[in-house]
Amino acid sequence: MLKSREDLQKIREFYKERLDRQKVKILICAGTACVANGSLALYDTFMKLIREKGIDCAVDLEHEPEGNPVGVKKSGCHGFCEMGPLVRVEPKGYLYVKVKPEDCEEILEASVVNDTCVERLTYHKGDESHKHQESIPFYKLQKRVVLEHCGHIDATSIGEYIANGGYAALEKALFELTPEEVLHEVEISNLRGRGGGGFPTARKWSQVKRQKAKDKYIVCNGDEGDPGAFMDRSVMESDPHKMLEGMILAAYVCGAKQGYIYVRAEYPLAVKRLGIAIEQAKEFGILGDRILGTGLCFDIKISRGAGAFVCGEGSALTASIEGKRGMPRVKPPRTVEHGLYDSPTVLNNVETYANVPAIVINGGEWFRSIGPENSPGTKAFALTGNIMNTGLIEVAMGTTLREVIYDIGGGMRDGAEFKAVQIGGPSGGCLTKEHLDLPLDFDNLKKVGAMIGSGGLVVMDNHTCMVEVARFFMSFTQNESCGKCVPCREGTKRMLEILERIVAGNGEPGDVELLEELAETISATALCGLGKSAAQPVLSTIKYFRDEYEAHINDKVCPTKNCQKLRKIYIDPALCKGCSKCARNCPVGAITGQIKSPFVIDSAKCVKCGACVSACAFHAVKED
Amino acid sequence: METVCDAVQLDRILEKYQYDPGSIIAILQDTQEVYHYLPRCVFPYFSGKLGISEARIFSIATFYENFSLEPKGKYVIKVCDGTACHVRKSTAILDRLRSELGLSSSKKTTDDLLFTVETVSCLGACGLAPTLTVNDKVMGMMSPEKAAELLKELKEENADA
Repeated sequence: MLKSREDLQKIREFYKERLDRQKVKILICAGTACVANGSLALYDTFMKLIREKGIDCAVDLEHEPEGNPVGVKKSGCHGFCEMGPLVRVEPKGYLYVKVKPEDCEEILEASVVNDTCVERLTYHKGDESHKHQESIPFYKLQKRVVLEHCGHIDATSIGEYIANGGYAALEKALFELTPEEVLHEVEISNLRGRGGGGFPTARKWSQVKRQKAKDKYIVCNGDEGDPGAFMDRSVMESDPHKMLEGMILAAYVCGAKQGYIYVRAEYPLAVKRLGIAIEQAKEFGILGDRILGTGLCFDIKISRGAGAFVCGEGSALTASIEGKRGMPRVKPPRTVEHGLYDSPTVLNNVETYANVPAIVINGGEWFRSIGPENSPGTKAFALTGNIMNTGLIEVAMGTTLREVIYDIGGGMRDGAEFKAVQIGGPSGGCLTKEHLDLPLDFDNLKKVGAMIGSGGLVVMDNHTCMVEVARFFMSFTQNESCGKCVPCREGTKRMLEILERIVAGNGEPGDVELLEELAETISATALCGLGKSAAQPVLSTIKYFRDEYEAHINDKVCPTKNCQKLRKIYIDPALCKGCSKCARNCPVGAITGQIKSPFVIDSAKCVKCGACVSACAFHAVKED
Repeated sequence: METVCDAVQLDRILEKYQYDPGSIIAILQDTQEVYHYLPRCVFPYFSGKLGISEARIFSIATFYENFSLEPKGKYVIKVCDGTACHVRKSTAILDRLRSELGLSSSKKTTDDLLFTVETVSCLGACGLAPTLTVNDKVMGMMSPEKAAELLKELKEENADA
């Protein structure tokens, strides 16, 4: 239990010394994606080999042997999920990609026993190979503030966090700054909410601070429900203490005693790691009564979501923590006045809180020097879809889409052409080729009808049907509509019906206009953010890809051949050898014919599944 | 076959949350971990112990997607239908699983209670898209063929057990 500033400084020195003593560190990525790819087996293999070879090894800082042991640890997400499982070896900074258990011995021999690099396991692009993580283009162009520790420290060790400068911001705040001074730094930094809205964080905090309520709450929104976004998951899994530190700083500023973290149930690993972090912080006296011996008392509880996207909305989220149905209410009053249990509540998302410690340590001016004036700082994005390097990245605000997609993301997969990127999930819009040089920040995106949202970037190539994408998002939102207000409950249903009709080839003239009219009505009248922005993906795809909608409606053609019901499959009699393989593969018996003479497809029976196309050895089954 | 609730087990869960009606979501989550669904008997039981109406508990159980009022299979397969998986063709995987098992969007569990197939919105493992989970174990880079193979393996595993 740490009872003073000196205690914290002493323990930091203690852990630092232990960490510095480790001559080599092997960091095995234990993020969700790498675990799914088998990274835990790598950890076991390394441990087994180390024991067999009799190498001194330190698994955790608490039980470190004398001398210079090898540190073996499960780190948080490195971000380069495409290349997983990843193994990083420090201090050289070698990054090994797509590592298999049988590679472990070679890595151990080369990079631990000797001091060399296993070139064949490093990242290759074209003829170039990159030994060091920092020289890989995917990493080189990033600016990491929030994700600074991700992949570099053991996510389940408070000792490593402290040794790497963790809780130094809390120390500075508690012993050198007044709550007003901390708030002032956040204000100078112009940090804006990373959950999507971009509301100035300092303004939110000061609104809660100035109220004289008995109870105030600090709530963290970890209900990252946008499909295709996993920035917050990564922070919670990889560097949970950073987020806790941000929340404690918010409590210090606002005078709150209780905090809650609302996490999606779909993130079991994040729930587990946060739980460990909170327990450790309590043991250390960093959470609980009289934090570090000062007058600050603050505790944090985890509240698990139960699978409702709408709970990402402020008033629905607080209702859910209270044990109610997560349905939004009319605002105002806003959450800062009547939030959790009707008390003033600071509600920020994971990434926002994780930005605060660096601001307190380095000052607001430092933060503002990164990125554009009105949207300073960095932003984490989840890069997914038809892109080469999927994964988690963090760049300075104002970085262009081209840099993100081509320089960091490595361009499109399989030589396809870039078509669009969906930003901001089901509440955002799409950006196209014409926006490639648009700097990504809150205001620029708003101007073109998109939003930064929580930061999911789903990249789509020229084989993607934009009408189908719009239908997909509408079906998501419709499914997640809580049903409280009519415009959202009924409106999204009608929009979905129209979109389903269009992709099925039954679109009617005037459907696009009808969609636009419904969209406008829903946006103007829905109760909460979910409803208000529900039509965004439809509107933005109509804006940039109206010709695709028209092709579906007027010509009954899907230009990208995605929409199954619009496929036209036929057998070319000149190429057909009459082998009957297609007929045998057809699940509905739509293909008939005589052996050794051309077969035919009965289009009335055909379900357009394409089984015959892949079955034919002579490429005789064709698609228009 | 209707599950009979074990009062001792339910009381243990209630005690963990100090009989706090505000923790009803967490209580139901823990209960579901025991039974893999919410049996009918828990509603009157919790209602009596927590002093809130059965209707209120039922309204919560039906609002949140994660709660199920029907028993689930031994193997719960969740196909991710997040955006990233969707653009990498997750629908074909779902269709294949359903057709192999004779399931549909309304019939999610096989009659022998071996498999449940459902969709889940984004698991956040988009780097491995398309993904699915089997009893919460994430499997990436799936294809309809791999999914069919997986079913075969699980059936064999079950037969061996």
